[in-house]
Amino acid sequence: MTAEATTAKPRPVQVGGYALREPGRLERFLGPEWYRLLRGLVTNPLSVAGMVLLSGFVLIALAAPVLAPPISPRADPYNIPRDGFSPEPKPPGVEWKRNVPPVPFWYKTVTGKDHWVHLFGTASGQFDIYYGIVWGTRTALRVGILVVLTTLVIGLVVGSLSGYYGGFIDDVLQRITEIFMAFPFLLAALTLAAVLVPRMGRSIWPAVIALITFGWMTYARVIRGDILSVKERDFVMAARVLGAKDSRILLRHVLPNAVFSTMVLASLDIGAIVLSFAALSFLGVGTDIGYADWGQLIAFARAYILNLDQYWYIVLFPGLALLLFGLAWNLVGDALRDILDPKLRGVRG
Amino acid sequence: MAAASKETTMTAYIIRRLLLLPITVTGVTLLIFAMMQVLSPVERSALYIRDIPKNDAQVERIIRQYGLDRPFVVQYWTWLVGTRNPETGQRVGGVLRGDLGYSRTGNQTVKELIAQRLPATVELALWSMIPIIGVGIWLGIQAAVHHNQLPDQAARVFAIIGYSFPTFVFGLLVLMLLYAKTGWFPPGRLSDWADIVVKSADFKRYTQINTLDALLNLRFDIFLDALRHLVLPTITLCYIQWALLLKITRSSMLEAMRQDYVRTARSKGLSEKVVINRHVRKNALIPVATVGGLTVVGLLNGVVITETVFNYPGMGSALARAAASLDVVTTLGFVLFNATLLIVANLIVDILYAFLDPRVRYQ
Repeated sequence: MTAEATTAKPRPVQVGGYALREPGRLERFLGPEWYRLLRGLVTNPLSVAGMVLLSGFVLIALAAPVLAPPISPRADPYNIPRDGFSPEPKPPGVEWKRNVPPVPFWYKTVTGKDHWVHLFGTASGQFDIYYGIVWGTRTALRVGILVVLTTLVIGLVVGSLSGYYGGFIDDVLQRITEIFMAFPFLLAALTLAAVLVPRMGRSIWPAVIALITFGWMTYARVIRGDILSVKERDFVMAARVLGAKDSRILLRHVLPNAVFSTMVLASLDIGAIVLSFAALSFLGVGTDIGYADWGQLIAFARAYILNLDQYWYIVLFPGLALLLFGLAWNLVGDALRDILDPKLRGVRG
Repeated sequence: MAAASKETTMTAYIIRRLLLLPITVTGVTLLIFAMMQVLSPVERSALYIRDIPKNDAQVERIIRQYGLDRPFVVQYWTWLVGTRNPETGQRVGGVLRGDLGYSRTGNQTVKELIAQRLPATVELALWSMIPIIGVGIWLGIQAAVHHNQLPDQAARVFAIIGYSFPTFVFGLLVLMLLYAKTGWFPPGRLSDWADIVVKSADFKRYTQINTLDALLNLRFDIFLDALRHLVLPTITLCYIQWALLLKITRSSMLEAMRQDYVRTARSKGLSEKVVINRHVRKNALIPVATVGGLTVVGLLNGVVITETVFNYPGMGSALARAAASLDVVTTLGFVLFNATLLIVANLIVDILYAFLDPRVRYQ
């Protein structure tokens, strides 16, 4: 009797005449919020396309040493190897003569050749565009993740202090946020990067610091709003009645409930950040010439704006990489925004 | 009675906004001045003099003369109101007096450089503004009205590609197709022959805005030439901005369409057209008014890259060149100018918003 009771499937719970849906194993594992997110993402063709693109970029970044081996193990792989110094760009397919990297195992099967050619051509100064794009994927992901994480932490600290304590602290922090928001983002970042380059030298850092300095405000604002609404909920009151400290209430009760959607959405700003970083590089305040960075590669085209039809490959390949990268994050982001926006649930079709 | 109370709340709102203004402006100048402190005292001397002196004794003298080694607060004050040149007795510097220092890359004062470059940028912005706002809002409305149907999906894909497209890549591609391949729309601001005409004595410069001046001088050939040069940068600025505007209008329309008064209007038996035009659109466009501010930001940011790509001699390309040659005095002067512009634009938008939407005033 007892054995039969344990093996029999539990009957669905009845609530007001409706049977409650039994959560699947995955749903129980992920929890309802993440499960809903995941289901929304995999059922939307646009976001699936975005995720496929994203995995592609992550794979390229991981496999960079195999896809485009550095010339020697000791060399900095982020410096694009150059085949001579001639200012005249070479079209795709021209044989690689000097500074040739080792030939990876896949190369012969894919291209049918024994020695390296410039798959995507060279930019002026004979920097190999293919190598730059492959290693530039790493730069892009590195910069994007770094900037988003840092700005999010700053936004989280400012926003939660502001939202939780309110009053004078809130006023001061709000004014500071407004001051930073008074600048046009790209101009301010461009300026700060230009100020930092003479002091720090050319690398990814001046642009990264500039993007962080002028990029945290929206997160602070949104998190402040989230916290203001969560703060008034009953469970916060309950925690306070139990005598919990401010820090505990904030960290254990308010933040986890307030920032879920903000965190998810922020992670998708990586695409936009990388586009801004590329823009700074393009304008000449980013990395040094020859660093594997997409914006840097496209900047070579600035010297040829009158005959771009001849040198199309300098714009096309790195430009496509940037466009697809931005597109990938935005496709996923757009779908996520719709899933997370409570206002858009059940919109009349 | 109701009208009077509306006016008083509106005035109170405007006063509240204006009171916050000095705080923001002070903060902005402090932040810019702080960035300037990264420069060495010698480099900072470009705020007051034309030539950075070459020998050490002179450098020392300049630093002492203009107090470039004094405490932060003293220097900040000097930077704001300027100081007197001990030899000539002339007042130099002082951003509040509009003296932003001397531009190394422009070989003139920053103020002159801005005055010289501003008309070109204003011309570009004016030509872009009309299609950006008109077409952007129209697209957003179409997408929302046909929610989840073909026009909506098409508009969404158009928008996603739009804000994934880096401005400079789009600009270079457009340049490749519409100039390098076909020769239709050249970069720059005027052709050489037109430039000579414009600079000649017979051609009166009323506004420094080429298209307008050409019309006022009845030189239609110049007008067409100026227009031909404006096409590519305008397309570039528009495409990127349309994406943003479409997104905002669409979601605002969708939200308005789910309001109770819309259901009421529908259940009254009004035709869909009347519901959309009379009930939804009016309310949906209120948040879109804030887009005015966003468009200004977008244009201020956008012209830097667009003008650089198309070699268009406006403020944006001057700023980009200054930044690339690490001419910080010029760069900071331009940013101060742009930030002021943006603060004013935002103020106007906020007041307009409060005027359109009574709920804002009572916050």
